[in-house]
Amino acid sequence: MSKKIKSILATDCGSTTTKAILIEWKEDRYRLTFRGEAPTTVEAPFEDVTKGVLNAVMEVEELSGRTILDGDKIITPDDGSKGVDIYVSTSSAGGGLQMMVAGVVKSMSGESAERAALGAGSIVMDVLASNDGRLPHEKITRIRQLRPDMILLSGGTDGGTTTHVMELAEILAAANPRPRLGQNYKLPVIYAGNNKAQDSIRETLGNISDLDIVDNIRPVLEKENLEPSRDKIHDLFMEHVMAQAPGYKKLMSWTDAPIMPTPGAVGSLIEMIAKKENISVVGVDIGGATTDIFSVFEGKFNRTVSANLGMSYSICNVLAESGLDNVLRWVPFDIDRSELTNRIGNKMIRPTTVPQSLEELVIEQAIAREALRLSFIQHKEFATSLKGVQSERTISDAFEQSSSGQSLVNMMDLDLLVGSGGVLSHAPRRQQSARMLIDAFMPEGITQLAVDSIFMMPQLGVLANIDKDELKEDASQAALEVFDNDCLIRLGTCISPVGNAKPNSKMADIKLTFNDGSIKELEINEGSLEMIDHPYEEVKVSIVPARGIDVGAGKGETLDSVIYGGVVGLIFDGRNRPIALSKESDKRISSLLNWSQAVDEYPKGELF
Amino acid sequence: MAHSYTPGLKVLKKTIFKKERILPLKGEVLVKSGDSLNPETIVASTNLPGNVQMLKVSNILNIDPKDVVDALKVKEGQDIKKGDIIAETSGIFGMFKSSVESPVDGTVESISKSTGRVVVREAPIPVEVDAYVSGKVDQVIENEGIILKSNAAFIQGIFGIAGEKRGDILLVSSSPTEELTAEQITPDMKGKILIGGSFLSLDAYKKALSVKVAGIVVGGFNYYDLKAVLGYNLGVAITGTEKLNTALIVTEGYGSIPMSEATFSLLKENNGKPASINGATQIRAGVIRPEIVIPIDGGNLDNESESKMPEGIQEGSTVRVIRSPNFGKIGKVTSLPAELNKMESETMVRVAEINIEGKNILIPRANLEMVETE
Repeated sequence: MSKKIKSILATDCGSTTTKAILIEWKEDRYRLTFRGEAPTTVEAPFEDVTKGVLNAVMEVEELSGRTILDGDKIITPDDGSKGVDIYVSTSSAGGGLQMMVAGVVKSMSGESAERAALGAGSIVMDVLASNDGRLPHEKITRIRQLRPDMILLSGGTDGGTTTHVMELAEILAAANPRPRLGQNYKLPVIYAGNNKAQDSIRETLGNISDLDIVDNIRPVLEKENLEPSRDKIHDLFMEHVMAQAPGYKKLMSWTDAPIMPTPGAVGSLIEMIAKKENISVVGVDIGGATTDIFSVFEGKFNRTVSANLGMSYSICNVLAESGLDNVLRWVPFDIDRSELTNRIGNKMIRPTTVPQSLEELVIEQAIAREALRLSFIQHKEFATSLKGVQSERTISDAFEQSSSGQSLVNMMDLDLLVGSGGVLSHAPRRQQSARMLIDAFMPEGITQLAVDSIFMMPQLGVLANIDKDELKEDASQAALEVFDNDCLIRLGTCISPVGNAKPNSKMADIKLTFNDGSIKELEINEGSLEMIDHPYEEVKVSIVPARGIDVGAGKGETLDSVIYGGVVGLIFDGRNRPIALSKESDKRISSLLNWSQAVDEYPKGELF
Repeated sequence: MAHSYTPGLKVLKKTIFKKERILPLKGEVLVKSGDSLNPETIVASTNLPGNVQMLKVSNILNIDPKDVVDALKVKEGQDIKKGDIIAETSGIFGMFKSSVESPVDGTVESISKSTGRVVVREAPIPVEVDAYVSGKVDQVIENEGIILKSNAAFIQGIFGIAGEKRGDILLVSSSPTEELTAEQITPDMKGKILIGGSFLSLDAYKKALSVKVAGIVVGGFNYYDLKAVLGYNLGVAITGTEKLNTALIVTEGYGSIPMSEATFSLLKENNGKPASINGATQIRAGVIRPEIVIPIDGGNLDNESESKMPEGIQEGSTVRVIRSPNFGKIGKVTSLPAELNKMESETMVRVAEINIEGKNILIPRANLEMVETE
């Protein structure tokens, strides 16, 4: 089969590291062949992002023995011995894309605007709303202080009242906000509200900002229309924000597709995979300062950024928000509390250090569980059906107590949970990553677990978004094939029956039929955690839950399915949801040690 | 020779210290290139736009927004005083008039027909930027500020609170391992910058606040004591805007940790000299560490004595361990093996072999900090 694209170079310019990957057509599929990285060079003394890109590409050249660069130019196309066919990039350097959004009602147009901005990959610094409880002058002071990269203004349904959204526009005008980067251009403002107010908006904001008007984000209450705003944010990110950052004009001239904000690219990849496989997905990227969560449930994509939950710069905030006791409940040994807070404080002020001792590693992973748990709570609260929507209710609905604004996140429906970020991707044992994901997200029923080992999702995301007709098909095939074969490390599958089971009682009978015809039967008991080694291969499973217990087919209903192992294997989790740990220190420590031993989580020795 | 790039805090006996002194908005620069500066010299000034008052005229007068124009007694751009009538209804036969008065002195900035609101902007707020450190104007940045240049001793801390302060250095602890106690802090230390050894307790810091000490430089402080000082748990290390009399600069970290010999002896050498300090810390991309600047009289201000770019850790470098075990200990690099090594945590990392107190131990390179001395 002949391919239009034989080789692809993709980079992701992060705030500290620029990563390059080379994807090549090998025999019958696309594979990731080489990768390289180098420090990002946006800040002084270099102040040119392309230097870091060239260094990372040079590493790929060295490893692959293939010539890609001619001086500081990327050679295209691939002539069989040198060059690549296409080059794409994402960027989160220089703090990423920072936005402020405004809507009339905080939980309605405000939330839709926030969803559009987050989905496009931005950090939302603040949500202004007519009903946010702040006085006009307080809002004005806030806008001035924040200096966002751009503002998205929404509010009102099409043809409805314009007063409230105009009031917000007047507040923006009075604040006369200035962009974060560059003194000599006007702040981009996107208006995505009531179409009847467009002329007045032009009059009020046209002179003081670089105004763009797109279709209403909530044309009617029952409908959310995020696409036009999201696309406009991407365009402006390229035209304004990126164009101001040092070296980006040059970088933009090299790429075959627009540069995307890193989280925007990851989100679009996850959205695409969920759609293609028709599955529900949660993806998490836990970084030093922030934790991003992406989800697709019922075909709806959501992204949240927990701005101050991370493993280094904001590690003390995890401690402050979860409380020391919640962190310590995951630690199976006694430790001096004051000394521990000093140690965590020292990680914050020296963020690049790594855990050398096992004790330090266990503590770091305990904090990660809490950071992930808190971020996921925030995500569940944000990923909801539209609020403020009137729906017809029947008698049976009334008994269900359901209403608008319910969380879309349903753990029983979740098919795939993907983790990335240092603490998950670089854990010394993959069992530790699996345990952190299970303890924090508490999956229910059957859930596949994976980690993105080198955080390749951004590059694959931008690749999947190439829209040049002649390249589109190959690029998206490459993105999906590399995602399947090289990006994810399949950890295995977690099976968690759910229901109010009594301590140590039987929750389910399990029968596993392996490819070689062999059969294994086991029981899941409440409070237990067990693991069976099995590689990433199909296993037929039949689960018979006890009365009142559900594994996905309904309470007490048998479930037959096909599951996959992985580098960790099959995990059977009998712990009730939410996972409860004993208040008595001895019992708690004994449970923690049992669970760790069951999955071979830590090396045996003094602590385990 | 193998070397690795590891950020270190600067402890420099003599360097060319340069600092941007920039206005938050464009304004006027008041000094020229080459001018001599005292820390108090005002180098640039500007006016920040005043606060805004938004008056809902249509609501107050109970009229339609589009009718507001007819009721107005002022024009856009007009200066007004507090109490001046902004709009008034004609009433019935000239009686039962209702009106809106300006709540502040200011200028009418805009009048909206669509919402019936009038925006009044208060007088501009003047802002000045001083020189902070004595020295010379190295470069004028037109309309924005200057770059100051000074011959100085320069020390960075790891973490600090409160912004810029000035005062004479006063050595209180006699060794880097000694705690600076509340009893040692006396009222005559008002306005001074105190130098401690390994630790400062919350009580001692409170005492310093009460006698208005300008600043304290010390090896360690407890993380959990910060809450009592700041009033909240410090979640991310971004500081500098705290309104505190006494700036605190911690040189080593949280807990009781002896101040590094190099830092302590340099501060001791400069005992009694005037210094400028800033506790502002920002640990994010574009890191800002707290600093102590001690201008040195005389000496030429040419660039030759400027400190060199850090070269990274090499064999023979003096380094400090910045994570437990061995946290705070200082040693010399004996080798930098190229291959990855497995730690007790099973983490595979690049390591350095360090001689600490006569013993050679392997430490992850990421857990080492260069001790830069000159």
